[in-house]
Amino acid sequence: MNIVELAVRKVKAFDFKKFFKDEGALITFIILFLFATFKYEQFFTVLNFKNVLRQVSMLGFVAIGMTFVILIGGIDLSVGSTLAVAGVVAAKVCSYGVAVSIIIPILIGIVFGLINGILVTKLKIVPFIATLATMLAIRGIAYIATGELSVGANSASESFIQLGRGFVFGIPIPAILFILAIIVAILISKKTRFGRHVYAVGGNEDASRMMGLKVDAIKMAVYALSGALSAFAGVILASRLGAGQPVAGDGWELTAIAATVIGGTLIVGGVGKFSGTFFGVLIIGLIQNMFNMQGNLNVWWQNILMGAILLGVVVAQSQTGKVSKA
Amino acid sequence: MDERILLHMKSISKSFPGVKALKGVDLEVKKGEVHALMGENGAGKSTLIKVLTGVHIEDEGEIYFEDKQIFTNTTLQAQKCGISTIYQELDLIPELSICENIFLGREIMKKGIIDWKATQKRAKEILDDMGIDVEVTSILSSQSTAIQQMVSIARAISINARLVVMDEPTSSLDDKEVRVLFEVIKKLKAQNISVIFISHRLDEIFEICDAITILKDGERVGYSLIKDITKLELVSKMIGKDASQIISRKKSYNKDKMSNENIIVTKNIVRDPKVKGIDIEVKKGEVLGLAGLLGSGRTELARLIFGADLPQGGELYINGKKEKFNLPKDAIKKGMGFCPEDRKIEGIIPNMSVKENITLAILPRLTKMGIVSRKEQEKIVNKFIQALKIKTPHMNQAVKNLSGGNQQKVILARWMCMNPELLILDEPTRGIDVGAKKEILDLIEQLASDNISVLMISSEIEELMHACDRIAVIRDGKKVGELYAEEIGEEAIMNSIAEGHQSFA
Repeated sequence: MNIVELAVRKVKAFDFKKFFKDEGALITFIILFLFATFKYEQFFTVLNFKNVLRQVSMLGFVAIGMTFVILIGGIDLSVGSTLAVAGVVAAKVCSYGVAVSIIIPILIGIVFGLINGILVTKLKIVPFIATLATMLAIRGIAYIATGELSVGANSASESFIQLGRGFVFGIPIPAILFILAIIVAILISKKTRFGRHVYAVGGNEDASRMMGLKVDAIKMAVYALSGALSAFAGVILASRLGAGQPVAGDGWELTAIAATVIGGTLIVGGVGKFSGTFFGVLIIGLIQNMFNMQGNLNVWWQNILMGAILLGVVVAQSQTGKVSKA
Repeated sequence: MDERILLHMKSISKSFPGVKALKGVDLEVKKGEVHALMGENGAGKSTLIKVLTGVHIEDEGEIYFEDKQIFTNTTLQAQKCGISTIYQELDLIPELSICENIFLGREIMKKGIIDWKATQKRAKEILDDMGIDVEVTSILSSQSTAIQQMVSIARAISINARLVVMDEPTSSLDDKEVRVLFEVIKKLKAQNISVIFISHRLDEIFEICDAITILKDGERVGYSLIKDITKLELVSKMIGKDASQIISRKKSYNKDKMSNENIIVTKNIVRDPKVKGIDIEVKKGEVLGLAGLLGSGRTELARLIFGADLPQGGELYINGKKEKFNLPKDAIKKGMGFCPEDRKIEGIIPNMSVKENITLAILPRLTKMGIVSRKEQEKIVNKFIQALKIKTPHMNQAVKNLSGGNQQKVILARWMCMNPELLILDEPTRGIDVGAKKEILDLIEQLASDNISVLMISSEIEELMHACDRIAVIRDGKKVGELYAEEIGEEAIMNSIAEGHQSFA
């Protein structure tokens, strides 16, 4: 009996199809990058790169949280609303120091995330509906608490403003924080028990339960993480604008989902990676940047382009059979 | 083999709303023993296993493991006691690597992060011990079902399981893979690990198992060492019929009267692993029964004829013309209908009305210029409600509110209004009460007298005897016998299922 025959080994030759599927976001990014470099003079400049990175970093935090949520097979529509409340709170408390204006909004974000987690795990409400409800409610809180007005940050709290506008070694602080966050997320997803359990839960929830994983606790933690990261994005945005706005982050949930999916994370969960989300976020930033430089095109064309790229990614995934199997 | 008892489940009872699934069942498994658990569908096998593995909690009874009473109220508790289960639906994470699947939840850590090197090394060691050579870093879903199952077993070994429950482990394996599984089972035995082995394939049971417990209707109807029992005894215990219960057969088969026209002929039709070359012919106006145990390949054969699955080889003739195997819609065009076994999944659309469910497939015929003719539709529906005696307050009632028997009639009506030449019925009386059963069987007879051919699959031999002109016995993917009316008797069918005899006295 030749047991070896059974172990059907995959040919180790370089698989272009697999490469395109796995690195679709990277490839799309490179194409857009080259296109922009040749088309727009002002594109390939240090200043422009700094601007793009700073602009996308806030979406980046939200997208990292969203990637975790989508990996467990969930969705979090409340991120934009959480971002708004966090920004408003940060602007209100910034005179107490920069630490306070970061920590308190993040705690609020965690609480919102835990509420999502409880709705999903304990009350067994499907994530789409649960977070749609909290999205509406939290946005309402933002408007009521501010009387629909923007909350200006105390101009005396210079260090708070620096958070969004400052530089370290010439690099915008939000960009540094975003890149750090991506690196940490990659490490968590690959090297830690929590990270691997996230993939397991998204890959097969029932099996994970049978294997003794603490499925509900993992889900709660992931929603809390998404809340915390959204809140942090709100803090940075408020710092950059010098004000917390109740309307901030409107529609960001969808952009974050788009960035995550463009990055190759399957919407059904279990498959995806944070380097993909990084490029997904950059692609969205790049598209916005290109339209700014073009100047004479209707800005809504950028939505059409984003939609097309999103579809392209999903079609590429289904052609290689991953989505249809799930 | 050790003579000491490893597992003793004592008079386990378990009820679900409306059903008493287990009525004081005993199960004893010795150390290092491969113990078969047999029984037809609904006998209580899986309930018993689920009680053991902590998916269900027993209403009454005790479980002793290594002479200590244990309480397996969650799957995790069962695992901690040393009981692991390999499910039919593999309980692993398809998109993770093999080594990760083995150690998920018990990761080997170093300074707070996962030590992948050690994980891979340990996984490799375990699989090597089992004699499985496979890349442990490869993604699970890229591997064959057999390998995935081995990973499941490797996981069980790695958590020091003393007892491995295998629920139909061979159902999706081919012959070669089954050999490998058996080698692994022998290695488990050598390590004094016990196995509970659930399978419908008699040959496998007699090859690999040491002892057997037979369940029927939630009770233990037999326990024996394999060497002390014959296949016939086993089958008759599973089916559970005394000679006194055998109903005399009314129908007689008249070879001259029977049309010689074949509606359907298959020649050496193959689809691994369930159908291994079956010849079958259905004559005009004939009711042909397909007998055999669950998993014998009956349903798979019917699906091949209907075009629901594509065969790997063989020929199909419809009305004497060789046809290619197509999609169900082509089979429907050729005048075939298929009532699947699980009507809830594949048959009715629960929220739609009786009217809509019946006419679903003929809507194109009823439609004029894009609009469904209601008058025409209601005429047809009324006709069938009366003809089949469908008990419904009115034709606009949602089908989900009807009883099982009446739901089945609705599906029958759907196919009948298409004027089919051949109806395939897979377990047409499953889950419906006795009265409705009789009506369905009468209907089948009625169909045949209207010159419609019927291919009927059933696990209930009595039912086949009652309704069929001819019975083909399927076993392990092959036709092992064919019985004409005069020969159809319980003994003969059971003999054929058990031994695969080609002819009968």
